[in-house]
Amino acid sequence: MPAWSQDVLRFVINTELLAQYGWRLLTGLQMTAAVVGLSFCLGFVLAWPVALARMSRRFAVSRLAASYIAVFRGTPLLCQLYLIYYGGGEFRPFFTEVGVWWFFRDAYYCCILSFTLNTAAYQAEILRGAIQSVPKGQVEAARALGLSWLAIMRHVVMPQALLVAIRPLGNELISVIKASALAAIVTLLDLMGQTRFVFARTFDFSIYLYCALIYLALTEMTRRVVEAIEMRLSRHVRAGAPSITVVAPKRRYRVGLGGVRL
Amino acid sequence: MSWYALLFGPDGWIGLLLKGAVVTVALSVTTAPFGFGAGLALALMKMSRNRLLRAACDVYTTFFRGIPDLLALFIIYFGLQALLDRTSKLLGLEGHLELSAFSAGVIALSVVVAAYSSEVWIASLAAVPAGQREAAQSLGLDRAQVFRLVILPQLGRVALPGLGNIWMILQKDTALISTLAVTDLLRAASEASRATTRPLVFYTAAGALYLCFTLVSGVVQGALERRANRGYA
Repeated sequence: MPAWSQDVLRFVINTELLAQYGWRLLTGLQMTAAVVGLSFCLGFVLAWPVALARMSRRFAVSRLAASYIAVFRGTPLLCQLYLIYYGGGEFRPFFTEVGVWWFFRDAYYCCILSFTLNTAAYQAEILRGAIQSVPKGQVEAARALGLSWLAIMRHVVMPQALLVAIRPLGNELISVIKASALAAIVTLLDLMGQTRFVFARTFDFSIYLYCALIYLALTEMTRRVVEAIEMRLSRHVRAGAPSITVVAPKRRYRVGLGGVRL
Repeated sequence: MSWYALLFGPDGWIGLLLKGAVVTVALSVTTAPFGFGAGLALALMKMSRNRLLRAACDVYTTFFRGIPDLLALFIIYFGLQALLDRTSKLLGLEGHLELSAFSAGVIALSVVVAAYSSEVWIASLAAVPAGQREAAQSLGLDRAQVFRLVILPQLGRVALPGLGNIWMILQKDTALISTLAVTDLLRAASEASRATTRPLVFYTAAGALYLCFTLVSGVVQGALERRANRGYA
C-alpha cells in the first residue's frame, strides 16, 4: 500500500483511538439517552395542556399557548439553553433561598428543562394537528350518544389522533436526539461532549466520524422502529383499503371485535 | 443598571447585538442560494439512471440528515481545515492556508441545507406532471431546455412551503456558528453577558431579535406563496 493511502486510512479508521477512548463514547451515549429520554417524555406530558389550550375557545388562553409555541419554535434552542443556564445564575440568591439552586447550577438539569420546554412546543403543534385531523362528525356522533367529554377524548378522538401523530412524533424524537448535541456546549459530557473532549486531547479527527456513526445509528434505528410501530398499529386502517389488499401478502390479518370488522 | 440602560444607554450594547444580527442574516442569506441550489442538484442526481451516483447521493442525505447539525458543522469545519492543511502540504505550499470561520460556516450550513432541501426538491419534481416533460420533448426541446424552460418555472410553487421550513431551520442553525468564533447575534449576546454579568437581558434581547426574523420570514413566505399560487385557486 502506498504511504498516502495508509495516511488516508488512518485518518478514517483508527483502532487505537477507539480502544483507548471508546468507553468515553459509550458513557456519552448513556448521557445522551438519559437527556433525550427524559426531555422527550416530559415534553410529551407538557404538550397536552399546551395543545388543549391552543384549541381553547377562550381567546386569551389560545393566544397564550400560541405565543408559547411561537417563541419556542421561533428562536434557536441554543439561545433558550443559554437563557436558562446562564440567565438562571442571575437569580442565584433568590434560587438559593427558594431551594432550587441545585437545579439551575447543574448543566444536566438545565439541558433537560430547556429541551423539555422546546420539544413541548413542537409536540403541542403535532398533537393539535392530529386531534384536528379527526373528522368533526365523529365527535358530534359521540356527543349524540351521550358520551362525556373525557369519554369522547379517550374512546373516539385519541385512538384516531394518536395514530396520525405517531410519525411526526417520531420525527420530533429524532430532532430531539440531534438537538441534544447542544448540551455539549454547556459542558455536559454527552456523546458530543465526550467526543469534543477526546478531540481536544488527541486532535484526531476520526473521533468525530465515530461520533457521527453512533448518532446516525441512533436516528436510523429510531426512524425504523417508529415506522414499524406505525405499520403495526395502522393494520386495521390499511386492511380496509382495497388498493393495499391487492399487494398484501397471502396471509391477511383482520382486526375486529367479536366478528365486527373495525 | 436597568435593562434599558444596558441595551440603549450611553454604553449600551444594542450596537453590538445589531452588528451580530447583521452577521446572522448575512449567514443565512449567503447560505440559502448555495444550499438550495446544491439540494436541487442532489435531487436531480438522485433521479439519474446511474445507480452508483444515486447511491452516493442517498448516503450523503442519510448521513447529514441523521447526525446533529452541530456535529456536521464540526466535521466540515475541522475536516476542511485538515484537508486544506494536507493539500497545501502535498502541493508543497509554504505557509498555512486558513479558511475564515464565516466561509467555513457558510459551507457547513450549505452542506446540511442541501441534504434537507433535496427531499423537498424531489417531492416537487415529482409533482410536475409527466405530460409537461413529454409535451416539451415532442416540441423538440433538448433535455437542458426542457428542464430550464418547462420544469424549473413550475418547481418553485410546489417547493416553496418546504423550502420555507428549511429556511426557518437555517436561520436557527446559524446560531450554531457562534461556537466557531463568528460574532453572530448569539455570540454578541454572550460577549455582552460576560462583560456585564447580566445574561438574562442579552439572551432575551437576542431571542427577541431571532423571533423577529422568523416572524418576518413567515409573513414573507406567506406572501410569496400567495403570489406563486395566483393562477391556482
